Amino acid sequence: MIDAALFSSALGALTPILFAALAGALCQRAGVFNISLEGTMLVGAFAGVAGSWYTGSVWLGVLIAVLTGTAYSLILAVGHVSFGGDAIVLGVAINLLAVGLTSFLIRTVFGTRGTFSDPALQGLDAVHLPLVRDIPFVGTVLSGHSVLVYLSWLAVVALAVLLYRHPWGLRLRGIGEREDAAASLGVSVTRYRYGVILAGGALCGLAGAQLALGNVTLFSENMTAGRGWIAVVAVMLGRALPYGVFAAAVLFGLAEAFGFRLQGVGLPQQATDAAPYVVTLLALFISSARIRRTREST
Amino acid sequence: MKTVAVTLLAALALGAILLAATGANPLEAYQAIVTGAFGPDGFQDTLAYAVPVVGMATALAIPLRAGMVNLGGEGQLVLGAISAIAVGLHVPGPLGLVAALVAGVLAGALYASIAAVCETRLGVPLLVTTLLLSYPAMSFAAYLVRFPMRDEGSSLPQSDQLPADVRFTELAPGLFLIAAVVVVYAVVDARTPAGFETRVTGWGPRFAQYAGIDRPALTVRLLACSGGLAGLVGAVVALGFPYRFIDGALITPQYTWIGLLAALLAAANPLGTLVAAVFFAALTSGGFAMERETQVPRELTAVLQAVLIIFLAAATGLLRKRRNPA
Repeated sequence: MIDAALFSSALGALTPILFAALAGALCQRAGVFNISLEGTMLVGAFAGVAGSWYTGSVWLGVLIAVLTGTAYSLILAVGHVSFGGDAIVLGVAINLLAVGLTSFLIRTVFGTRGTFSDPALQGLDAVHLPLVRDIPFVGTVLSGHSVLVYLSWLAVVALAVLLYRHPWGLRLRGIGEREDAAASLGVSVTRYRYGVILAGGALCGLAGAQLALGNVTLFSENMTAGRGWIAVVAVMLGRALPYGVFAAAVLFGLAEAFGFRLQGVGLPQQATDAAPYVVTLLALFISSARIRRTREST
Repeated sequence: MKTVAVTLLAALALGAILLAATGANPLEAYQAIVTGAFGPDGFQDTLAYAVPVVGMATALAIPLRAGMVNLGGEGQLVLGAISAIAVGLHVPGPLGLVAALVAGVLAGALYASIAAVCETRLGVPLLVTTLLLSYPAMSFAAYLVRFPMRDEGSSLPQSDQLPADVRFTELAPGLFLIAAVVVVYAVVDARTPAGFETRVTGWGPRFAQYAGIDRPALTVRLLACSGGLAGLVGAVVALGFPYRFIDGALITPQYTWIGLLAALLAAANPLGTLVAAVFFAALTSGGFAMERETQVPRELTAVLQAVLIIFLAAATGLLRKRRNPA
């Protein structure tokens, strides 16, 4: 029931969520409530597949996914930061635009409906880590994932370093805490918020690339299936702390992989489909109850 | 009003560029949407599509009026539909019709209230609780029509058909029901203390608290109304053709999300929400006709709707900035 393969599949499942949640945490820290992760990830997935298909190189595909994710997040940056539009309204519209646009493009570009896959489509290869792969259990869990899986772990560390060990991170957190105070010290709120939203777009592009070129090698309509929303919740659960967000994403990935496993012992698929959401909700209850208790005791 | 017109034109222009880029004739496509939506053949389809969209738009507008976002409309809609079917299959005659509708309303209202209580008691934001509770509800309904409530004679995940006297065989009853709800919402919003409290909370939550408005109670009340109406929409759709619950049939047409866009577009104003919802419904139903006529994918209309909202959100932000420069 619980073995190395379970944890290994959990790592694959959580990577898109982790990338998107890191994007969300970065934006949250600068005071931008970004709920457009879902749509940006979907656009990234489409761009990754289209890029890999037309260039014949999966690496160019990943690059194109990152660039497209960044460009797509400009909508939120311009609409919210420059024009002052409501981030939630914009986010909902950006997500729906992504569904409409990718469904429109899959038909005009690939001429199919629903799902595009082809044996010639290049996906990301599994990387077998030297030495690590020979360790029993640990090797099965940690080795044999796509490069992006390892990159996502590096991104967690990079975000932690940026936020707490670099002047950019200090200013960025300052903007998130007190916008006007940061501005009065000469920090450009506009420039930093553009920075986090665009960097978030790049991370969502990576999330989409892992989803469409790493976990599977195809694009299907609305294939993100709520992962971007789970990322929004992971940011909340992890309090926008890099390692907290990582832990939240791991929790979700384990719930998904474990639910999948439970289908093997005869539990209906619909029950296990709901498991990650229920687990996340329970985790939110527990963590918010704890905050309340500490607040009351001080 | 002027802002809406300008943003609409801008969205149409962007759509035209997209069409031209994919090698289609924009004018032909737009014309096909209009004739498809309001022409003699299409008007019936537009109305049939508008009923659930207007219902969901109004349902989501109710809490939005107080600045609360209910993202769980899909779950409430589906639970309303499956409850209406479960009751309708067991209670015969006209009583069954009423009981089915009531069951739909109660299911939606109760489920949305859970999300509200999660915010007021447990401190988890409403946006998140409504959304997260939506997925288990959809899975639960999918489970029910695959196992306990499954139509044995079919290989599809669908329930049995309702008996002949527990059906809405025409569009009219559902249409009147939803229209009545819209009228009630408009009157309550404009003419009653409850509507005023809601709007005040929307203008400024802190001011509302200072004025003595009990926010937790208001949250639960608004969410119960919102979920109840979503459940009613589910029941109305389920009682209509094909008189059964089919897994995914309420999700695929995107009633909830198009309704939410309409409510957002109109800032939850009752009349504005109605107009926006009918407009979006016509656009979507016209999109099907356009696809038949011109081979342009109907998803174009979803793109147009989203672009319109993005432009409008940016424009209102800009106007607000100009009015009170920081």
